[in-house]
Amino acid sequence: MMIGANVAPIEFRSVSKYYGNGPSRHVVFDGLSLTIAENEFVAIVGGSGCGKTTLLNMAAGFTRPNRGTVLVRGEEIHSAGRDRGVVFQQYAVFPWLTVRQNIEFPLNLKCCHLDRAAKDRIVEHYLTTTGLKRFENALPKALSGGMKQRVAIARAYAANPEILLMDEPFAALDAQSRGVMQEVLQKITADERKAAIFITHSVEEAIYLADRIVVMAQRPAVFSEVITVPFGKNRTADMRLANEFIDLRRHIESQLKH
Amino acid sequence: MREAKAASHGDNFVRSTSPESETANEHDAEPGVPAARVVLFEAARNAGYGVLGFAIIFAIWYATWAVGLVNRDLVPRPDQIFLRLIHDFAVSGLAWDVLASVQRVLAGMIIGMALAIPAGFALAWYPTLGRIFQPVINSFRAIPPIALSPLVIVYLGIGEVARASILVYAAFFTSLIVIYESVSAIEEIYIRAARVVGATESEIFRKIVIPLLIPNLFVALRLTLGVCWGTLVAAELLAAERGLGAVIQNAGNYFVIPDIYVGLVCIGAIALAMDAIIRKGMSVVVNWQERVER
Repeated sequence: MMIGANVAPIEFRSVSKYYGNGPSRHVVFDGLSLTIAENEFVAIVGGSGCGKTTLLNMAAGFTRPNRGTVLVRGEEIHSAGRDRGVVFQQYAVFPWLTVRQNIEFPLNLKCCHLDRAAKDRIVEHYLTTTGLKRFENALPKALSGGMKQRVAIARAYAANPEILLMDEPFAALDAQSRGVMQEVLQKITADERKAAIFITHSVEEAIYLADRIVVMAQRPAVFSEVITVPFGKNRTADMRLANEFIDLRRHIESQLKH
Repeated sequence: MREAKAASHGDNFVRSTSPESETANEHDAEPGVPAARVVLFEAARNAGYGVLGFAIIFAIWYATWAVGLVNRDLVPRPDQIFLRLIHDFAVSGLAWDVLASVQRVLAGMIIGMALAIPAGFALAWYPTLGRIFQPVINSFRAIPPIALSPLVIVYLGIGEVARASILVYAAFFTSLIVIYESVSAIEEIYIRAARVVGATESEIFRKIVIPLLIPNLFVALRLTLGVCWGTLVAAELLAAERGLGAVIQNAGNYFVIPDIYVGLVCIGAIALAMDAIIRKGMSVVVNWQERVER
């Protein structure tokens, strides 16, 4: 690798995705490039069907670009891997494992070479930071949607990925739970200092959580605007009422209408 | 129980993330685990409903008997059947018939399922294999095992192997379809969730696919058990000396109608007991499944 070569947690290098061929070809997006910096939280907002999820699935390794490459720390990816944690919109916690066993799951795989004490330390850490300590022995069926997503987030972090990929993780939650989960996620990402890509429909959620917001327009999808959010890492719920916040929200929402 | 309630609405409580609340209620019951008393009460209530079902049937039975809707020489009353049952156990060695039949059903079920699990898995995991064999399986599945008995006699004679083969046939095709469908229906999201944290193919199989299949194995077990009991009489038509099917056959031949009922009652009662055991086993092993309350 050349000195000064890209070592960003993740980079999309002019990626294209299309389905079919010839006149019936459906282009999802064409030649998109995006680099996520160290410790950067990037939110992608856009209407339904604009290709946000396709982009994230590409980063996760579930689907491959027809052209272009996705690089993690400068290395091209070909499949799913432990260096990219994924939190799905559906609660993908394993229902037959307790909260603790779910978080421990990545640590008990062959690819993980930690000793018992180190594993326990990691599990305890994420049980505490996600507020799940009291429920560590509960099965997922006893948990609400928001609690299940806490487990999913804790499990993703436990694998110690380079970047966390989240596909509308709070979309299925009611407004109140969603607000709580935004705070949980805000705190954990600020503490963990890891890069993240977060897909959402909610502009408010994007501004509250992200360092940078990518606004995606539809058909063919392009990044119509990339906005740096002018707030620091430590954010509070009531900042949503600040004029700056409201102006930014209005601006992005007007973008999405076009 | 209050805490369990709080757990299910946990996100409404910001305090659930605060350190003091994490330690405050450590001695409370785990969320989602109901008190033993509640469990007992529900079990008793469900058993009560089950008894009620039989009570209704008996009531209708006695009523039609009393009114004279049925020929009293040909239809015994439940109490007459019960006395006959005791008589058969005491005098005719009915216990040996029960034992023979239970052995046959269990052997047929175990062998049939042992063959069906890998076969069903292979068909679901390799779609081409599934496409090739599914029509064949569906046509074989439609053949009632009793229709096979003449062929079985020709090829395998009238021994225990012949009887077992009919039960194995029935068990195999019943459980095959359940296994096949349940492997096909495994949710991709769990496999993906394991893959993104670095699970290998063999880890995905052991740690994701197997746990997800276990509830369906119980379903297959229950269905297969029912089918095996249903096929038992067909199997015991093949010159069985002992067995509940033989009891019914012989009683029919000698026109001892109460004995026919005794055979039927035994099959029903044992099947009910075995089903209850499997369900109990399932509720213990698969305690993680969410049940839909209706």
